[in-house]
Parts: sequence; C-alpha cells; structure tokens
Amino acid sequence: MGRKILLVTTDQQRYDTLGVNGGLIARTPVVDGLASQGFRYERAVPQSVVCMPSRSTILTGQHPSTHGVWMNGVPLPADAPSVAALLRENGYRTALIGKAHFEPFIDPFMRFTENALAATGTVPAGGEHRGFEHLELATHGSAGQLHYARWLRANHPEAAAMFYPTLDADLEVNSAGGGETGAPQVHVNNVPRDLYHTDWVADRTIAWLDSLNSSDDWFAWMSFPDPHHPWDPPQSEMSRVDWRQVPLPAGYPEDRSKREAILDAKPRHWRMWYDGRLVSNFEAPPKWVPATLTPNQVREVNARNAVECELIDEALGKVICAIAARGWAQDVDVIFTTDHGEFQGDFGLLFKGPYHVESLMRLPLIWRPAPSSRLAPGVVLAPVGLVDLAPTIASIAGIDRPGWMQGTVLAKPGESTHQGVLTEWDSELYGVDVHLRTVSTSEWVCTAYEPGTLYDGSEGELYNLAEDPLQQVNLWDDPARRAERDDLLELLSELSPPERHPRLDLEAPV
Amino acid sequence: MRASVRRQILIRRAAQQVWQLVGDPTRIPEWFDGIEAATVEGSTRTILTASGMSMPETIVTNDSLQRRFQYRIDTALFREHLSTIDVFDLGDGTSLVSYAVDANPAVMALVIAGAAGAALRHLRDIMEGEG
Repeated sequence: MGRKILLVTTDQQRYDTLGVNGGLIARTPVVDGLASQGFRYERAVPQSVVCMPSRSTILTGQHPSTHGVWMNGVPLPADAPSVAALLRENGYRTALIGKAHFEPFIDPFMRFTENALAATGTVPAGGEHRGFEHLELATHGSAGQLHYARWLRANHPEAAAMFYPTLDADLEVNSAGGGETGAPQVHVNNVPRDLYHTDWVADRTIAWLDSLNSSDDWFAWMSFPDPHHPWDPPQSEMSRVDWRQVPLPAGYPEDRSKREAILDAKPRHWRMWYDGRLVSNFEAPPKWVPATLTPNQVREVNARNAVECELIDEALGKVICAIAARGWAQDVDVIFTTDHGEFQGDFGLLFKGPYHVESLMRLPLIWRPAPSSRLAPGVVLAPVGLVDLAPTIASIAGIDRPGWMQGTVLAKPGESTHQGVLTEWDSELYGVDVHLRTVSTSEWVCTAYEPGTLYDGSEGELYNLAEDPLQQVNLWDDPARRAERDDLLELLSELSPPERHPRLDLEAPV
Repeated sequence: MRASVRRQILIRRAAQQVWQLVGDPTRIPEWFDGIEAATVEGSTRTILTASGMSMPETIVTNDSLQRRFQYRIDTALFREHLSTIDVFDLGDGTSLVSYAVDANPAVMALVIAGAAGAALRHLRDIMEGEG
C-alpha cells in the first residue's frame, strides 16, 4: 500500500484568508491544524491568475504556454498530460469532485465532457476522463449542466432558485448588487446550508471514499467552488461575521485621491478598468465600475468571503474525520491550496484580471505529509509554484517525475527549488489584447508587458516586496533599480517555457 | 454590446468540393459537432443541439456562385445574429473556409464562433479524409 492523496483546492482564495497566515476574519482551525503538522508556504505563486489556465497547470504540471490553455474559454485538450492519469496507470483509484473547469461552462452544443457527463452519471465513457475514473462536478451556483446544479434543480428546485445568477441577461458576469451595501455579486441566499455546494462537495467526496476498499491507494481532488464570487453563502451562517466590524484591508487606501494616485502610477489599464473605460477580460462584471466601490461594500464582500472560507474549513474537517474513520489517517497526504487570488478591495478593486500583484498571486498552500512519513513540520519561505503540485503528487505516490512536468517537488523547509516562479497572462477579448509575463522571487515581483492593444512592449511593473509589501510603488522606470530590473528580465527569459504550436482556439467566454 | 468573431481554416480540397457539403443546410450535423439534427422548410432551418435545445434559423443567403451561406438564429438568446460562411477558392486546388459570427449579446458571438472553430477542424478532417 502506498500513501493516499487528498488534494483540496478552493477557488479564488487569498493567502491572508487563513488564520495561520495572519487572517483575522475567518476562523480556519482545520487548515491551520494541517499547517502545524506539515509545511506552510509563504510564497506560493500561480502560473495564471484565472481558473482554466491555472487548473490546467495543477493537472498537467506545465505552464500555460506549454499546456496551451492561454485564457479562460480555451479548453484543455483531452489528450493533455495529467497527473491523475499517471497515478491511475500506477494503480491508484482517482476522483475529481467539485469544480474542474478544464473545459468551458457555456456550452449550448454540449461539446465538452464535463458538461455532458452529468446527464449520464459519474463514470466517463471509456472509464476515465483526464485520468479520473469518477467525476462529480459543481460550480458557483445552480445554473448549468454539472452534477450539483442538476441534483439541486431536480431535488430542491426551491433552493436552486435562491442562488445569485452569476451571469446576466447578456450572459456577461453579473454586476447586480445585493446584501446590505449593494456590492456587486453579493446576494442574500436563503439556501439551507446542507444544500450549499461546499457541503455537497465534501459529502460526495466522503461517499466516493466510502466506496473504496480499505487497501486501495487513492487520489481524490476535492475542489470547492468558493470563495469565488458570487458572495452568496447560506444566509443562516452570516451571523458568524458582522460585516460592520470587518477592518478594511491594508491594500485599500480609504482616501480616494490616494487610491487613484497609486493606480495612476501603474500601467494605464489599471486606471482604465477602475474608471470603467476598459474591459479587457471576461472575469469581472463589465457593467460594474470599480471606482464606485465603497468602504462598506469592501467590508461586506470580505465578511461573506470569510464565511465561505469557514464553511470550506468545516467541510474539510468532515472529510478528514471520514478518512480517519476508515483507518487511513496515518497514510494520507493532504495538500490545500487554491487556483489564484482575489483583490477583495486592494487598490479599490474586486475580482481579478491582468494585474500581477500579490492580491492575485500570493496563495495559501499547505502540504501536510502523511503522518507515517515522519517529516518534521515547518515553514517554506522560498517561492514555489502550482506547477510543482503535479510532481509532488507523483512523488508522494512513489512515481518518478515524468519529463513533461515542468515543476519540481515542492520545497521542504530550508530548501529552495526555484530562483523565480513564472506567471503568465494572455487575453484577447473583443479587440483588446493584453499579455504579461511575471517573475516572482523572494524579494521581487517583476512584470514585463508584451506588445498588445494597450502597450508597445516597453512597459512593466517592478515591486520590492520588503520595501513595498502592498506593491503600491512601481519601480519599473526607477534608474536606481535598473540593474535589478535587467537581472529579473534575464531570469524571466530563462524561465520561459516552450510554447504550444499551433495556439489553441478560444472556444467560449469562460 | 455586439461583437464580431471570425474563425477560418485552410482545406486541401477544391472550393466546389467543400461547398457541396457546406452549402447544403441539411448536412450541417455531419460537420458541426454538437448539432444533432437539422430540418429545412423554405428559408427556415431548425437545428437540434446536443443539449436538447431547438434553434430556429432563417437562411439569409445560400449562393453557390459566391459559395456564401448566411443565417440568422431566431431565439430569445440573441438580440441580433448573423453568421456568414464563405468558401474561397485559393486557385491551387485548396480552399479557405471562413465562419464569421456577428451577434448581440457579444458573448454569443464567442459561443457560436468557438463551436464553429471546432466545426471547421472537423470539416477539414472530413474533406481531407475523403481522398
């Protein structure tokens, strides 16, 4: 018998939403406990700050340029390499429960397996899809074709109607506000907690684990759709956090003129989005103007986000108890992370986009090795990437890292496996294209802007994390930092991965 | 907001040969993945998608001389829609097939063009596989 692996991902969760990372709003004792028994990462960086490319990196162990999912709406090819397939070939039972999103959601022609599968069951045709023998899928609400939405509509239609409509009548990300402050994508959801997708994901994971033999080796990817917007957790749980008492984030200057001066010092698409003059990507509501965001809206969004994080923590606790009840506690590795971050008010912004700062790029990452491995716990200060997860999972299973994986096994305390970690952004939407390449090191975040609609390729951003942890002062054009900038650009060039040719088509908005 | 999105593909077959398939509105299920059936009555084509959605369409243009096919989708999903398929003769026994989608809301242009891109690849495989 080998070690069993529980990969837990959330969606769009910031580093500082965990208690163990200094978060002050959500209580996350389960994940904090895992951190105390394992490795906690101080600088875990995604290779993309949106879902589909980032999730494809987790599965393939490749950078977006190589796996080819260059923006949301580009489906990961069905024959892309997969760590799940690798484990399955080596005798592991495999499941993905919750949010997959390797394929677009908006799919009226039902061309994608993720959307088509729920109509037929949980076992894909041919016995597996991307290496998973069992898939039960969910996303952020009750709309769409996935298992959770179909189950909810069939069995609890009254509850299905309680969720926020994530898309508006134009099928764009909904800008409608709600709650007590009218913040976008905030909604009072009276769905009973036990019908909410967070508990459903945990319950379905437990059901799959219960179907296994005690002697099975298994890899379960439990993927919670929260705390991604909409911020509509069950209203019954909202008494946990009084939004009026939520402190404003350090990255949100309440003084409007100060906030706007910070934005003006950045490349111009920051301010253009803030003012509602530019929509460069599909991931934020195009009809919402960030300049209208109020301090109370930031507080309410962050309160609701915290409630969603607490529900995830409790759901994970249930699964860990179920694992212990099966007698597996000593032999299970748990990895907890997310696909990318969220502004949550930093710079006066919400959601995400082509903005490579720590709000979106500093992720929670905990690896609690199986207790039977007797590895000493600790904190890893060196930068690591989500590209390292696949090699780590293979390593836990005792499988040599295949050549197609571009990452390395996650560093352990005291180790440093990367000089820098790469993050890529490419988007093309209705005539606007933006292309960013970023290297994150222990000290710096350096972003080069490649030519596109808005930029000629000479622009960039450079932040010193020790001097400017909130990344408010762009040093790109500072002559005193020219040498550091040149070194970082050279490192960025060295890290550039091979590009997939031909480039894959964008097949849907998201 | 409206948007215009185009996909195209090079096919190593004569334009007239490609047009024989593309220009027949009843044969779209053969090459457009996700369309299960198509029926034509007069200038109305009704397609059935794999998700079970029935979509009535108006055939606007079916010109075998220009090798141009245009249709509008007539459902509540669209405020406005026009798709245009052109088969260009490149003069060397090959052809370029263009599938352009104009739609309001803009998102639907991406949705239809995204599916059309996959359909064009399938069309190429069918045509080039014919020998």
